[in-house]
Amino acid sequence: MSGRALLSSCFLAVVLIAFAALPGPSHAQGFAGLGTDAEGFAIPEPGRGFTFPEDHGAHPDYRIEWWYVTATLTGEDGRAYGVQWTLFRSALAPERREGWDDPQIWFGHAGLTTPDRHFVGERFARGGVGQAGVQAEPFAAWIDEWRMEGPSLSEVTLTAQGPDFAYDLELVTGMPFVPQGQNGYSVKSASGQASYYYSQPFYEVTGTLALPDGPVRVSGNAWLDREWSSQPLAETQTGWDWFSLVFETGERLMGFRLRDTAGPDFTAATWITAEGTPTPYPNGAFRAEPLTITPVAGRDVPTRWQVSLPERDLDVTVEALNPNSWMETAFPYWEGPVSFTGTHRGRGYLEMTGYE
Amino acid sequence: MTGAALSAILGHWRRHPFQLATLVLGLALATALWSGVQAINAEARASYDAASAAVGGTRPVLVDPAGDIDQATYVALRRAGWQVSPILEGWVRTPRGRVRLVGIDPLTAPPEIAAAGTVLAGDLTGFLGQPGMLIAGEATAARLESADLPPVTVAEGIAPSLAFADIGVAQRLLGLEGRITRLILREDQPLTRPPLAEIAPGLEERASGGQADLARLTDSFHLNLTAFGLLSFAVGLFIVNGAIGLAFEQRRPTFRTLRALGLPARRLTLLLVAELAAFALISGALGIALGYAIAAALLPDVAATLRGLYGAPVEGGLTIRPAWWAAGMAIALAGTAAASAGALWKLARLPVLAPARPRAWARASQATLGPQLAASAALALLSLAAGTLGAGLLAGFVMLGALLLSAALALPALLSALLALAARLAAGPRAEWFWADTRQQLPGLSLALMALLLALAANIGVGTMVSSFRLTFTGWLDQRLASEIYVTAEDAAQAEAMVAFLAPRTNAILPIWSVEREVAGAPAEIFGVADHATYRDHWPLLTALPEVWDLLARGEGALINEQLARREGLAPGDRLDLPGGALIVAGSYSDYGNPSAQVLISVSTLTARFPEVERLQFGLRVPPGQTEAVMAALTGEFGLDPGRMMDQQAIKAFSLQVFERTFTVTGALNVMTLAVAGFAILTSLLTLAAMRLPQLAPVWALGLTRAQLARLELLRALGLAAVTMVLAIPVGLVLAWVLLAVINVEAFGWRLPMHVFPADWLWLGALALLAAGLAALWPALRLARMAPADLVRVFSNER
Amino acid sequence: MRPRPRAQALYLSNHLTDPTAGMLLTATDLTKAFPGEGGPTRVLDGVSFTLAAGETLALTGESGSGKSTLLHIAAGLEPMDAGEITIDGTALSTLDDGGRAALRRQTVSVVFQQFNLIPSLDAAANIAFQARLAGRHDAPWCATLAERLGLREHLAKYPEQLSGGQQQRVAIGRALAVRPKIVMADEPTGNLDEATGDQVIDLMLGLTADTGAALLMVTHSERLAARLSRRLQLSRGRVA
Repeated sequence: MSGRALLSSCFLAVVLIAFAALPGPSHAQGFAGLGTDAEGFAIPEPGRGFTFPEDHGAHPDYRIEWWYVTATLTGEDGRAYGVQWTLFRSALAPERREGWDDPQIWFGHAGLTTPDRHFVGERFARGGVGQAGVQAEPFAAWIDEWRMEGPSLSEVTLTAQGPDFAYDLELVTGMPFVPQGQNGYSVKSASGQASYYYSQPFYEVTGTLALPDGPVRVSGNAWLDREWSSQPLAETQTGWDWFSLVFETGERLMGFRLRDTAGPDFTAATWITAEGTPTPYPNGAFRAEPLTITPVAGRDVPTRWQVSLPERDLDVTVEALNPNSWMETAFPYWEGPVSFTGTHRGRGYLEMTGYE
Repeated sequence: MTGAALSAILGHWRRHPFQLATLVLGLALATALWSGVQAINAEARASYDAASAAVGGTRPVLVDPAGDIDQATYVALRRAGWQVSPILEGWVRTPRGRVRLVGIDPLTAPPEIAAAGTVLAGDLTGFLGQPGMLIAGEATAARLESADLPPVTVAEGIAPSLAFADIGVAQRLLGLEGRITRLILREDQPLTRPPLAEIAPGLEERASGGQADLARLTDSFHLNLTAFGLLSFAVGLFIVNGAIGLAFEQRRPTFRTLRALGLPARRLTLLLVAELAAFALISGALGIALGYAIAAALLPDVAATLRGLYGAPVEGGLTIRPAWWAAGMAIALAGTAAASAGALWKLARLPVLAPARPRAWARASQATLGPQLAASAALALLSLAAGTLGAGLLAGFVMLGALLLSAALALPALLSALLALAARLAAGPRAEWFWADTRQQLPGLSLALMALLLALAANIGVGTMVSSFRLTFTGWLDQRLASEIYVTAEDAAQAEAMVAFLAPRTNAILPIWSVEREVAGAPAEIFGVADHATYRDHWPLLTALPEVWDLLARGEGALINEQLARREGLAPGDRLDLPGGALIVAGSYSDYGNPSAQVLISVSTLTARFPEVERLQFGLRVPPGQTEAVMAALTGEFGLDPGRMMDQQAIKAFSLQVFERTFTVTGALNVMTLAVAGFAILTSLLTLAAMRLPQLAPVWALGLTRAQLARLELLRALGLAAVTMVLAIPVGLVLAWVLLAVINVEAFGWRLPMHVFPADWLWLGALALLAAGLAALWPALRLARMAPADLVRVFSNER
Repeated sequence: MRPRPRAQALYLSNHLTDPTAGMLLTATDLTKAFPGEGGPTRVLDGVSFTLAAGETLALTGESGSGKSTLLHIAAGLEPMDAGEITIDGTALSTLDDGGRAALRRQTVSVVFQQFNLIPSLDAAANIAFQARLAGRHDAPWCATLAERLGLREHLAKYPEQLSGGQQQRVAIGRALAVRPKIVMADEPTGNLDEATGDQVIDLMLGLTADTGAALLMVTHSERLAARLSRRLQLSRGRVA
């Protein structure tokens, strides 16, 4: 599970009292054999694999799920930009019902980062009335007027807006979807919590950003993460730092660090070749250490990092495009574009939560 | 110097504690009634504001003038970028009255809706879905305990008489699946969104959420209360005026001495102003506490009235608001200033060695009779002008106020003339002296008598209005509630089954189906009625075209209630624009107790124009003596819960109960005003009693016993009260007429026929005599028991 | 019926042997105390005196000697503590409040230092008032009195429109209009200047003499007392 899992579960912990009442991880494990937890939510199991396009759609049996796009873009003006588009699904019960009775709740986050500005949008919606949802084929994910849709998930239009910004992007790729972890079964802690997780890190992007100074044509790269689960993280896991790095040479790296107050941090990473072949790395292989702390929104947030994966001879300094990429949403966090230098060069996205 | 002077001035109160009590009590009473009424009004208004804020308050809204909004329109708007949040409003009936149910979507609700925040911080899972949850304040929650409703969660800070539910739960409870009353426009709209007409052509943007109607509707009620509070306050000021006048009069020798000893007039005046201000603050505090008690005692009835009459969201609990504490203090100070201005003015202009002659004061007052009469005439003209030229509620109240003041100002001159006449007709020295002496006392008593006149006239006026209303209302209920049983089915299927079941058991099954639509620019109920003798024979028509019911039956005509007819100036034969096409106004009917417009069309026209109309409610005409049997059969066959079935008697009883409660407050204020007036007479008489010894002593010395004099004093008070009562009757009747024919029409939209109730006057007259008699009894007894030495002293002591 | 007061007075004084029998007023052992600080203060302490019909008696004494109180008791205005007063054969101790009021209406007229008049009535009505109360109104007699008192111009005026001397003259007219057996006056000129006072006394003495009424007058003026037929000097509540 990437940082998004924790992000999402923290959201729920704050927004939904139901989630706070969840049984702890050990208790949940007791039901793992049956594939459901105490409230009837399905629990990820290894060896499931993915079926497309069905798995692009929603999995209402699972407590949490998201469609998470980050894009590193360059404008015609030569400036660097970053875009985030996220649709979260959160279930109060493992089922679907008609109309307002539907226990599926949706929320959306949109971000647009420039070197000196950071724009945020946030939406909430109820599932049953059609205000938000996801359909596998032809692919459509939406909340209000924000959309990610196209004939298939390999060719989508991505739009979102807030009071002071908007974007409209075309995402296209011919590459396969990349399973994370053990063929899509992504372990998140030493005690075994896990999620289903696959990515599409190879989108090529063209489109327009609407900014206060006027529209900007942009092009670049986008990365989609798809993940669903029912399990929260351990109570001692206070936050995470998640990196998606795109090398100038065409390879990709996904790596995260789960900070734990009770023991060593839990890390995981996937090395993806330019052809889309993933290699997962177990706990401890990936390392990320803060270099520079910046005060952001009243908190101390690391905005420069030393990231390494010795098994791939990777050792880079990752630096935020805009240190103030703060997502001032119901549950606030840091998410923004980065660039890196060192053994490798390139651009990517960084997400950090739990910095109080 | 100041300290010494102050002790000399204040020493008076130590020797006259009763006078001090009178002053403080009078001011406290005046402040209490005023601030009590203000507290009630403030509480009610705060409730409206809270309720309004609770459902979106100041945010603009999207509404469909033709009715409610389809849920699909909401989704279409959201998906076009419009940040709107749905609200569904309706009423849930409980055994303890109706409660306004507000359906919200906690996820999209704007931050202005505090209840949404409560939900998100609480049990969202329980709030959504089935059975869902109601959230309400404590008082409202108590009324919502019912098996039919979802569980109630009590939350702090929820506006009174409101219950919140998830919009889905509300739709289910109200039987309005897929419907939305209005959409609140959130503040945080995105960068671009298509024009409203493109997405939802039927919708209009409105400035705010519609509680303005409530404020407008209840304004008249609050204005009524305010007028009463003001009247009580004015009457209370008469007491204060009397007490201050007496205290100044009695302290004249002290003032004269102080002045002679070198205290400047300005300093003396300032000292007295300070003294009065201190009294005003103490009395004000007492009055506010008393006012709070009055308000707390009356508020439950007021709240019930406002809920019953207007559906206004008010509960019976009272919160202390700093605003009316301040207002109460201010009014106490202002009242004291008004009541003491004359005395202070005289004091400031008093020559150092002015003789202490109380007579001069009385004579000066007599000289003001002329100007008073002139002012009275001017006010009468103003009243007439307001009545004929003015329009609106305010003009009505100006008319009322001017009328009452005019009558009050004319009273002394009128009494004076009457007494002069009586003196001319009197036989015997005792009678002559009695009349002459009474006339001479008039200036001292006239303020109290004016207060009595105001109180009595208000009593007669309001009493006549309420009794007329009751008589008309009862008769109207008898006509209007012609069906023996009123029944509401749970759903359409049950309604159909019920009709089939009831057909052989009843004489007629009359649909009572309605929709709420906008008519002539304001919300209105449109009812469908069957073509049946029940209506032809019983419906209380005010005006009608010939063949009125045939016009209706043919779908060509509509009946409108008096409120709508008056508001829009519609007469039979006029065209009335209705959703689905205009109809001819076939007539109008009285519709008491209903704040909004109503239109009656034939039931076939209704179903043709509004196919979605709910067809659940029926009036049943049942053969005599069969009512209970039919109700029992309904219960047996359909398991209909008792709340869905009411017989005529029960509805009548309920309506009358609501009616009586409506006027409880009026009645209570009436009695209090009269009590204050009685107190005013008492203080005036006591004031006079002290000054009257030089007037009475010679008569006593010449051969009347103290007992005889005391009897005459008592008789005088009773006589004056009686004359005032007689004069109050015409004033009261004019007042009643204004209330019925002007104020009611403006405030409620209906005019009531006036009935007079002379028996009530007798009762009131007896009460007035009792008040005056009790007030006079004490000074009279004191006179009867006065030591002769005190009377004799008059002749030898320099006063 | 025209009274013949002088003849009556002569008859009474010549034909009665008991010095007190036939007296118009007999006071015996009058005692009166007023409550005061440190116990009651004795104002009258065993005062006895008589007054014959037509006689004029001056009550003199320093301030606080009890002369006014004596007059008030004699007029039935105040009750006594002990002793007895008989007026015209009626013992005052036997009278209730109403009886004393009747005595004031019919037998005794009082003229005070001030506030004699009823403020709500004009001068004419004030003169006639007591007589009418007593049921003995005699309009020509009232007119005569007004004429003799020089009040003809002032009959329509109210008390506060009259001067002090005029007010006292109205009071004398009122006192005599009822044809009382005794006129009692308590410092009737105390509020007037000397000239006005003399004028008022002249009128009072002349008119009482003419009507045959006895006069009991409290005064502190030696000059005034000398004009009356007899004098009773009080000192500390006793006859000096």
